[in-house]
Amino acid sequence: MGEFKVHRVRFFDYMPSAISAMAFNVHTERLAVARADGTVEIYNFADNCFQEKVIPGKDGRTVEALCWAGQRLFSTGLNGEIVEYDLENLRSKYTVEAYGGPVWTISSNSQGTQLAVGCEDGTVKIFELVEDSIQFQSNFDRLKSRVLSLSWHPSGTQIAAGTMDMIRVFNVTTGHATQRMMVDRAAGANKKKEVAVWSVVFLSDNTVISGDSAGKVQVWDSQMGTLIRTHLVTKWDVMALAVSRDESSLLAGTSEGSVVQFQFISARLDQPDKEWQRTRTLRSHSHDVRALVHTDTAAVSGGNDAHLVVRPFMEKVVKGSKESAPCKITFPHRSLVSCGKKAGILLFQFPERLEVWRLGETHCVYACSLQGDDHICCSTLSPCGGWLAYASASSVRLFQLQYDNDSIALTKVKLPKVLRWANQLCFSADSSRLFASFSQSSVLVFALSKSEAKYVHTLKPKSGETTAVHLMSTSDDGQWLATANSDCEVHVYNLKKLKYHCTVPVYGSCPSAMAIHPTGSNVVMVHADQKYSLEQKEYTEWSRSLAKKGLHGSWLNRVAPVTHVSFSASNPDYIILHDMNMFCIIDKSLPLPEKDSDLCNQNQLRSMNEAARVKDSHAFKICEMFKNLLCVGLMEDHSLVVVERPLLDIATRLPAPVRQKKFAT
Amino acid sequence: MVAHADTRVVHRGGSKINFRAPVITQDSRFLICVSGECIKVFSTSTEECIHHLQGHKELVTGLVLNPSNHLQVFSCSEDGTIRLWDFTDGILIRVTLLHLKTPSTLHSTRVVVEQHVMVKGHTIVFQSVSTDPKCIAFGQGVRMHALTHSLTHSLTHSHTVFGFALGTSGEMAARNAFTCVACHPKDDCIATGHGDGKIRLWRNFNQEKEYTFSTVHWHHSGVNALCFTPEGTNLLSGGLESVLVQWRYGQEGQKDFLPRLGSSIKEIVVSPDGSLFCTSHTDNKITVIKNCTKVSAVIQGLVHGDGVKTALMVDPRTKALVLNGKPGHLQFYSLQRDQQLYNLDIVQQEYINQSNLDQFEVVKAALDSRGSWLATVEQRSAKEVEISLKLWAFDEHTQSFVLNTTISAPHDGPISEICFSPSSQNSTTLVSVSLDGHFKAWQLTQPDPSDGKQSDEEASWSCDFVGDYHSLEPKCCCFSADGSLLAVSFKEVVTVWSPASWDLLTTLSQPPGAIQDLCFGRLSCSKYLLGATDKNLCCWNLLTCSLEWSTALDVSLLLADPLSENVAAFCGAEKTTDLFVFRPSEPRPHFSQQALCTGRVTRAVFAPRDEPLDGCEESSQWLNRSQLYFLTHNMLLTFLTKPEEERLMALSKQVAVLKKHKQEFLHTSCLLFISLFISQFALTLSAIMTLVLSILT
Repeated sequence: MGEFKVHRVRFFDYMPSAISAMAFNVHTERLAVARADGTVEIYNFADNCFQEKVIPGKDGRTVEALCWAGQRLFSTGLNGEIVEYDLENLRSKYTVEAYGGPVWTISSNSQGTQLAVGCEDGTVKIFELVEDSIQFQSNFDRLKSRVLSLSWHPSGTQIAAGTMDMIRVFNVTTGHATQRMMVDRAAGANKKKEVAVWSVVFLSDNTVISGDSAGKVQVWDSQMGTLIRTHLVTKWDVMALAVSRDESSLLAGTSEGSVVQFQFISARLDQPDKEWQRTRTLRSHSHDVRALVHTDTAAVSGGNDAHLVVRPFMEKVVKGSKESAPCKITFPHRSLVSCGKKAGILLFQFPERLEVWRLGETHCVYACSLQGDDHICCSTLSPCGGWLAYASASSVRLFQLQYDNDSIALTKVKLPKVLRWANQLCFSADSSRLFASFSQSSVLVFALSKSEAKYVHTLKPKSGETTAVHLMSTSDDGQWLATANSDCEVHVYNLKKLKYHCTVPVYGSCPSAMAIHPTGSNVVMVHADQKYSLEQKEYTEWSRSLAKKGLHGSWLNRVAPVTHVSFSASNPDYIILHDMNMFCIIDKSLPLPEKDSDLCNQNQLRSMNEAARVKDSHAFKICEMFKNLLCVGLMEDHSLVVVERPLLDIATRLPAPVRQKKFAT
Repeated sequence: MVAHADTRVVHRGGSKINFRAPVITQDSRFLICVSGECIKVFSTSTEECIHHLQGHKELVTGLVLNPSNHLQVFSCSEDGTIRLWDFTDGILIRVTLLHLKTPSTLHSTRVVVEQHVMVKGHTIVFQSVSTDPKCIAFGQGVRMHALTHSLTHSLTHSHTVFGFALGTSGEMAARNAFTCVACHPKDDCIATGHGDGKIRLWRNFNQEKEYTFSTVHWHHSGVNALCFTPEGTNLLSGGLESVLVQWRYGQEGQKDFLPRLGSSIKEIVVSPDGSLFCTSHTDNKITVIKNCTKVSAVIQGLVHGDGVKTALMVDPRTKALVLNGKPGHLQFYSLQRDQQLYNLDIVQQEYINQSNLDQFEVVKAALDSRGSWLATVEQRSAKEVEISLKLWAFDEHTQSFVLNTTISAPHDGPISEICFSPSSQNSTTLVSVSLDGHFKAWQLTQPDPSDGKQSDEEASWSCDFVGDYHSLEPKCCCFSADGSLLAVSFKEVVTVWSPASWDLLTTLSQPPGAIQDLCFGRLSCSKYLLGATDKNLCCWNLLTCSLEWSTALDVSLLLADPLSENVAAFCGAEKTTDLFVFRPSEPRPHFSQQALCTGRVTRAVFAPRDEPLDGCEESSQWLNRSQLYFLTHNMLLTFLTKPEEERLMALSKQVAVLKKHKQEFLHTSCLLFISLFISQFALTLSAIMTLVLSILT
């Protein structure tokens, strides 16, 4: 491939936001993650933990708790509202005021028919789920202090509520409290401080387990209202609890960043009495663990350090399989950086602002911040660098960029009223058209002229698909447009005729990156499960051989999905793709790697002589020189832009963690 | 061994009492521990050794209480036997010969014993299990027992075997090897200690896959010992840190510490009633801890350390053997009682237990003839050698040595020998010989009474004379018995000086070969000076200043008996050591023993007897006045003469008669009665004999 001039960009100070709540839907294997800035992300655990949906946040909306009720996702926050999300169009569907002050927690019963919310004023309110809405049903007996945590008994007849210094058990039908369990305060100087019961879990055998701010995990008998066992886990807070579906294992997340596992096992193997025993300690976070999920095979934790960590339990998975690899997700699985290939400018997307940088300059050329409450959901820069567009849940804006030696001036260009919001924006290669994906997988086409944008056409897929488009790509010759949605469908449109062309055969995994080949009119798609395909109306020869031979084992075992695909302008056989940890150049003219050969053999090759090098080289050329990649892009002048965000920089920007005694300090 | 029918080399003290975990008896009154070929019974309250159970011919490798009779103990040994003892009166009850002849199985006899005792005849053969008994634990009788080997932890559940392995790849694998194992007495929980200092508690191990473990971590280096208390409420652990850690079972976050136990913990044992803990340490020490908090007794054997650097000496006051013991200390060790009397802290610095750290070590020590002065040399060989010479005066009031003078950097090079002049009264001289080419004489100087200002100052030591000889390196020095002559060897040359005037009197030389050891004859032979090179032993007559005789011998140590004319020469052959005892006046030895022991003997001492032995055969007469002790790489040995042996035989015969009667009692019900009876009257053995016989008749 030869050599590149590399722009190593480290000035994108992107800060992932702290994880504040998580909810796991067992049936669909979807994990909903809420961040401190109000963003809600949906991860598909059936598909290699791929981040398939992102619902952007809003100023003033914090998410304290998330819950699934069937297929519906609800959240509450300290603004006192209950929000239901529209998972197809990736926006909030409606909000309902709970009238109880800030809402700390929400929980649905196992049948998915009722929601319980815990409010600042000490009330527990029950809402009934009706078609397309929720309806207030009843109030429970009011408590003296705020309700911080709620848990339904699996039968749906009782609710345990954790408040300050106390756990209450309510009968759902009468709304009266049946048990009152007092939680001990911390010893010593903190005796006067109230204990907050951050989390409760109600098990089917009428055991209630609580985690509190004094660092205790306590096991209670809810029928007698008595304490069975206390485990002192930490000096600080136990922020989250999660129990496995079979109720044999419990996780507790602490402010120290550790996750402690408890297991329900018998002390003597031949006796049936079991008790909760503390077993493993997982340390994967540097800061508070705020949210925890116990899936069947793994512990999923997230917290103030913004990492989402999936730690499989070794006894539940097959050793060496893909599931057994621990996985740490820090960056979103979509691009936050757009490159103006011809002009050499970069666009960085933050939740509330955009930054434009010109390569070779040391300061931000232009920064614009958002008007309105809603956060940016997508942004793009035209290849010529002359246009900029961004979208939020409530507006879409288009700007024309004028270069002026050092500075850039932006002029707002009016967009037709048709486009109220968009999920994904894309410019054509010659910057003459803007494509915006709208509801129901439709794509609106606008023609850009000097200073106006004119609505041209709406492209609609044949099938009655409704989910939102998360990837869009146009071909260099301006003939083709490809869109991918989270139902794993890829549609191709003919832009010359402005009509639907074909649908790529559906593969079981979501495409994580996609591009159209500049000369061959082929679509290259990389799927979240690390598979990789290349097609036009049918799979090409190369992709068939790839499918036949299978991909290399160590390629399949990579954890991070490929987030970007591009092509070399000079050699059409080269495909450039990257994930968080490496970028790779695939040379289609070379043979595929053998099963037993080393995938990352660039260093070895360098030391070999010419003949052996030719013999041993294969199609995958992997460069691991750069770490924590957000974007790798090829510029017009054949230089490579590598946008890195070192994790250490993120860690130093975080607030100080709780002080812990370290050995030998 | 060449037959010298009247003398025998015997093992006397200094054996490892920490080789295997000790045993505490049911009533917590006695502590039983292995000690080389014999077994010792100590009182837990008075630290007194009550019985020596002798009978095994080889190293004792295991001890276990008889589960069916709490007054009996089983022992096993590398000689292939299992013996059952009554420890209250020190009687051998039964000998079982194991027909296991391969060395490896003999080494792990303890396994076999425990299986015989506890599994009642089930013999299971495990492959690749470490032979260290710390790696085997039994839980809840017959039901299960756990074993560890390098990285797998297996568990037998009557007869099914489970194996649990930890991760074997990556950086962690090298450090997380299993070191020890303990089973909870009531719950199905196994505790394992690991090389990286972690303790894992394994539970739910009835399936191959569903097992789980929790980890607790306090120790910074490997866990050496683990033990549950009898009720299972606490777990005790110990390691290099010399801290006993007590974990609450079920609430492992809470732990108690008993720090400063002296040296790294090797084994932990708890008495059956849980009131006494007992830790054995790497410095041959057993500590008894009462009520989890207080050290109530310390049984200290001879500390061997990494090697004895000082010469062996006998303290004239306490008749104790003096040598360096634990780091930075001198130990005073009673030869009669086989127990350490006390430790003298020489370096007076906190010992930091860390590898690759250069520490001060006591390398030389000397006592003057009356035991009132002690000189020590401590040395640290970091980048440059740091030496200091300390002189200690015996304080009658506190009955111990008190530091009088510290001379830092007395020489530029390492000191190869120091010795006190034997001369009388006040004018004691210390001579130090160093590899820097000088020898220095140090003298006690009283403060000048005319200088009235410093009248409160004590007498201290200062340098009196610096001598050298053609800038050759001196090696050793020796005073004549009356202190009138000092011989210092410089390579091949022996120089003789007068300590009174510091004049060089004469030089003696017998090339080739540098002088390795020097020694003056005593009493009637005091005109002779003996010198050993690495090939020859030479004897000079100081009156004629000529060589009297010489003989080709590879002498490793030359030692003169202070109470007789005898000189002992240990000659190191390739692997074994020969001993010759002779008078300097005649070159023919009057005692010699080939193949005395294996290994080279470099440390030995003549310990004066309290009462001289009288009238025995000619060849053992040299042992009449004093006893010769010598140190091999792992034990302290001595000679036993016939009269002493006869005296011991008389005792053991009485025991044998008693044993014979006991054999008849074995299957009767009054055994317990007899043993109780005997323990009540254990004042003299002969008295018991008559009492027992009277019961029998």
